[in-house]
Amino acid sequence: MKVVVDMNKCQDHGQCVFAAPDVFSMDDTGHLLYVSDPDDALRDEVEEAADVCPLQAIRIEG
Amino acid sequence: MTATIVVAGGSMGGLRAAEQLRAAGWTGAVTVVGDEPHMPYNRPPLSKEVLAGKAPFESLAFTPRAAAADVEWRLGTKVVSARLAERTVTLDDGSTLSYDGLVVATGMRPRRLRCPGPLTGRHTVRSLADAQGLRDELTRPDARVVVVGAGFIGCEVAATAVGLGVREVTVVDPLPLPMAGPLGELLGRALLRRHEERGVRFRLGTSVAGFEGEDRVTGVVLGDGGVLPADVVVESVGSVANVEWLAGNDLDLSDGVLTCGRLRVGGRPEVVAVGDVARFPNARYDAVPRRVEHWSIPTDTAKHAAKTLAAHLAGAETDPAPFAPLPTFWSDQHDFRLQSFGAPALGLDDVRVLDGDPSGDVLVGYHTGGLLVGVVALGGQAAAMGAARYRAQLLKQPALTA
Ligand SMILES: Cc1cc2nc3c(=O)[nH]c(=O)nc-3n(C[C@H](O)[C@H](O)[C@H](O)COP(=O)(O)OP(=O)(O)OC[C@H]3O[C@@H](n4cnc5c(N)ncnc54)[C@H](O)[C@@H]3O)c2cc1C
Repeated sequence: MKVVVDMNKCQDHGQCVFAAPDVFSMDDTGHLLYVSDPDDALRDEVEEAADVCPLQAIRIEG
Repeated sequence: MTATIVVAGGSMGGLRAAEQLRAAGWTGAVTVVGDEPHMPYNRPPLSKEVLAGKAPFESLAFTPRAAAADVEWRLGTKVVSARLAERTVTLDDGSTLSYDGLVVATGMRPRRLRCPGPLTGRHTVRSLADAQGLRDELTRPDARVVVVGAGFIGCEVAATAVGLGVREVTVVDPLPLPMAGPLGELLGRALLRRHEERGVRFRLGTSVAGFEGEDRVTGVVLGDGGVLPADVVVESVGSVANVEWLAGNDLDLSDGVLTCGRLRVGGRPEVVAVGDVARFPNARYDAVPRRVEHWSIPTDTAKHAAKTLAAHLAGAETDPAPFAPLPTFWSDQHDFRLQSFGAPALGLDDVRVLDGDPSGDVLVGYHTGGLLVGVVALGGQAAAMGAARYRAQLLKQPALTA
């Protein structure tokens, strides 16, 4: 599974961090960091993160 | 015939319900009936980026989960009535659909002002078509804009209009402060000051008595007798639930559709409701059913309702865990964001500054019986992150009534 975040859309709401803390996190300045090739076992988490992104900025490929 | 679930309403709640039915193991047919011509799209940008001309429609459309690819979409089609006892719904194209399960996801529409005067020049913001129509008018040179209603959508529209360079933007509301109903006086005052500093004018403590003009609006007549010149009026005075199609089924439709804590409607195990239209009890707080018009709710309710429905149709036990979502919302206005977790409206009697200062970035806590029930941040990213730090505490909090 590949995760792509459109950083032009992302407005650092952080909802993805609550939904999938193994994949998404915030740095000290409040900006998003993420793992782009997470384990498939995390698919549910990542789908939830994509659902709760207010900007629809998270895409799952594969 | 194969088993079918019909979802009435084709917006965020309808889409999330269809996706969550698949996630809950439902393999039968799913048909979503939606009266808008579009596939589900995201509404929050309508009062912000779309009005500002910064978000084309393609950027608003939700991308449905792959597992929901076989869902049938009947768009541009309205559900006009339902017979729950017979398990059928009738559509405006004359057809009748039989269902094994029904999801109510018909959401809200804007409430309109009922006072004398012309209709042309008066707008609401709920759909893409609304937002596009309003944008065309806001970008008329020298438009004078009056926003009726100082709630979230009204304040967002006012902020966006000022950002577009609109010459005069005035917000009218009978209450003395903007957004004070849901957020209380402390933030109401802070928000009033911020909006005024950025060029929004307010006429508070007065209602609208009527509109002036022959064919189109030229002014707004206030309850105190004054008249505000206006070329464009935006009515953001609350919303009405789309439940008329459910009439005649002996349901409580007094404010949305009443559900139990499992999101079942009318005690029927095969009918559930999701999103803005659902009036449900939240076990985190109390047994009082409430509607919650926040973006997080369609997804939360869809997940729980889909489990309820899929389990019933599979003849399995329903999940005994009570539905207890943590509400969350945000609102972007000018250069600041409001970010909320929990239920501030339940703690308006005991509002405390947790961090910062109302004149700058501030984090506000709302309490009941000494217990924190909601936090709201106002300001930049640091404030929003501050609110997020309280999220875990709010989640751990014992239920208010056991
Ligand atoms: C302008 C605007 C800005 C917002 N901004 C924010 C924000 O910043 N933060 C936040 O947290 N929340 C925000 N919200 C709230 C959020 O968008 C809603 O909570 C969410 O859209 C609710 O989704 P829903 O699917 O329950 O209802 P809706 O989105 O109302 O969808 C209901 C759908 O059903 C259709 N329908 C109605 N009746 C019928 C029928 N009889 N037959 C078939 N179809 C029917 C409707 O046309 C509509 O497409 C905003 C809402 C608006 C309108």
